[in-house]
Amino acid sequence: MTTTLEHPALPEPAILPDFTKPLPSREGDRIIQFREALREAMSEEMRKDSRIFLMGEEVAQYNGAYKISQGMLDEFGPLRIIDSPISENGFAGLAVGAAMYGLRPIIEFMSWSFSLVAADQILNNVPKMLYMSGGQWGCPVVFRGNDGAGGQLGSTHSWCVEGLYANVPGVKIVIPSNPYDAKGLLKTAIADPDPVFFLESERMLGDKAHVPPEEYYIPFGQAALLREGKDCTIVSFGRPVNFCLEADEALRAEGIECDVLDMRTIRPLDIDSIIASVKKTGRIVVVDQCWPFASVASEVVTQVIERAFDWLDHQPLRVNTEDVPTPYSKILEAEYLPNPRKIAAAVRKTLA
Amino acid sequence: MPSRTVYSASVEYLQIMDEEGHVDAKLAKDTLSDEEILKLYQFMVDCRQLDEIAFKLQRSGRMGTYPQNKGQEAAAIGSGYAAKKGVDFLVPCYRENAALFLHGLPMHYILLHWMGDERGNQIPEGVNMTPLSIPIGTQMLHATGIAWAFKLKKEPRVAITYFGDGATSEGDFHEAMNFASTLQVPCVFFCQNNQWAISVPRDQQMNSATVAQKALAYDMPTIQVDGNDLLAVHKASKDAIERARQGGGPSFIEAVTYRLADHTTADDARRYRDTKEVDAWIGKDPMIRLRKYLERKNLWSDEKQKAAEEKAKVFVADVVKAAETIEKPLISDIFDYTYAEIPEELERQKRTMRTSSLGQDPTQAGLAAEPSTY
Repeated sequence: MTTTLEHPALPEPAILPDFTKPLPSREGDRIIQFREALREAMSEEMRKDSRIFLMGEEVAQYNGAYKISQGMLDEFGPLRIIDSPISENGFAGLAVGAAMYGLRPIIEFMSWSFSLVAADQILNNVPKMLYMSGGQWGCPVVFRGNDGAGGQLGSTHSWCVEGLYANVPGVKIVIPSNPYDAKGLLKTAIADPDPVFFLESERMLGDKAHVPPEEYYIPFGQAALLREGKDCTIVSFGRPVNFCLEADEALRAEGIECDVLDMRTIRPLDIDSIIASVKKTGRIVVVDQCWPFASVASEVVTQVIERAFDWLDHQPLRVNTEDVPTPYSKILEAEYLPNPRKIAAAVRKTLA
Repeated sequence: MPSRTVYSASVEYLQIMDEEGHVDAKLAKDTLSDEEILKLYQFMVDCRQLDEIAFKLQRSGRMGTYPQNKGQEAAAIGSGYAAKKGVDFLVPCYRENAALFLHGLPMHYILLHWMGDERGNQIPEGVNMTPLSIPIGTQMLHATGIAWAFKLKKEPRVAITYFGDGATSEGDFHEAMNFASTLQVPCVFFCQNNQWAISVPRDQQMNSATVAQKALAYDMPTIQVDGNDLLAVHKASKDAIERARQGGGPSFIEAVTYRLADHTTADDARRYRDTKEVDAWIGKDPMIRLRKYLERKNLWSDEKQKAAEEKAKVFVADVVKAAETIEKPLISDIFDYTYAEIPEELERQKRTMRTSSLGQDPTQAGLAAEPSTY
């Protein structure tokens, strides 16, 4: 057995993607599902970088509880696609150690609701490791999984963790609303030198859209302006972005035109794009699938008031879930969530 | 179908040097040479001197909370010495100073840490350890992850992680043990069973006869050793580490020792511990028995002891000086290590020393003076 190993080098610096490269077109006929876009992002990165592994419950033999990792065990083998014991705090903490020694773990939470039992690792260790070691030990782990209600999973399985977790400095929080962004953002997350919480929605995994076959990386902290209008700014992130687009559709029939901003990342938050839009429209509705109290929507509204108070023609409005545990009942759950009707009503109110 | 035993196991106890410094010659074979013992003994004297001075620094307001290691030096140094310096990785909690110094951590880093300076956690190049872990038990999972990385990278290294008896009540402990066992990673779990978790005695912490038996549930080789016996600790650690290095997976070691001082400078153990119990353990002090052993071999004397203590005093005085004379951090340093690259908003705060809650328009920044020092 050799005993002449050198001191292990500190983790290699991340090779950051070239964000100046123009992104491929969103238009095209390569229609795939959201889950396939996620798989493509992981597989492309894993082919290039042997430090990356995927660990989580059911990710290997069973091809993922939601079939996101389908076929990946066959391609990458059991040392890189790993079925873990049911032990969220366990694999979260293991990922921290693996990242400290230079690996690039991707951790799948079957649901972000289950991440709550891993809170000490993901909130008390992951975001602080770099700071507490005086810049020495980063923690480049991607934690990803399903976030949010809508599938009749009951109160305990329907968490939107972004409201809770966004309070903690040191992590980046990504929340795509469509397959194109899902691929480009997940690739950036994997390449990123900081810990990233990547929030998917079980309700969107079957959504289909054109996803370019080539490699592309969407930079964090850049909102996408999906619709342009002069009357009101609608800001959202994740699944409710799609409801905002539906609301905008309905409003346009009434002659009301909105800017619809898809934030794509919560940390960093592209507040500049929001402010620029508010300075144009004078009105803002923030749509957020978290509870209203101390939510991401609250933060957006606060920053708008801090920076663009004099431009506002109406007080900012929020469309959150109701402030109750997520209902199990289908009709109650549907009413609990933000929906196009509520969003359109809020926009009309700002213009009344 | 008749009932039958499907599993049975037992836990071995190992002691090589007893409290009087008598050594079991057969077991002592292939352990430490006298030369090595002399070297490690001086290390222990240094560490105990550090404890004494650190306690005084805290009492005189020159340092924050400090956990003394007193009484547990053999456990730390015996295991630390079994790990290969520059190859294996130490994943400590906060009561194994001796092991860390042995692996090259400059002593003043420990003081810096407890003085509240993150620079004490910037482990120097060439020292294989993670920063002290203050939350109970979280570091065991990190050790498992580091060991998993060794396995994936096919590097013949071993991670050894330290924790107390109280930490084995945490979920993190069981999750780390289960992962290490199912993934068969090269990791050694080293429990310093010092009998007390602040004021809670071991028998209230768990209803298990030994801590070591907890590893049986994970089918991990496990042993209980006299944690105040340098030779036993070293032998058990070396066996476990080399087994891990050869691909034999994780092991567990329970070092039975005693926290002779308070939990930290923030409590007073006299309020919750029986003096008789403490007195009995003073008789089992790891350094007393080493001294008796060395004296019996004519390798030690009162003069040598005095010289060793004098040497430690001079050394530790320099350590204190190094910690206290380090340049103060800049206030603006606060922003530097939250992200790998400082985000725009933090950069603005750093530049202006104004928080976002003041609602400053970034284009109007620059109102504050340059970052000040204290």
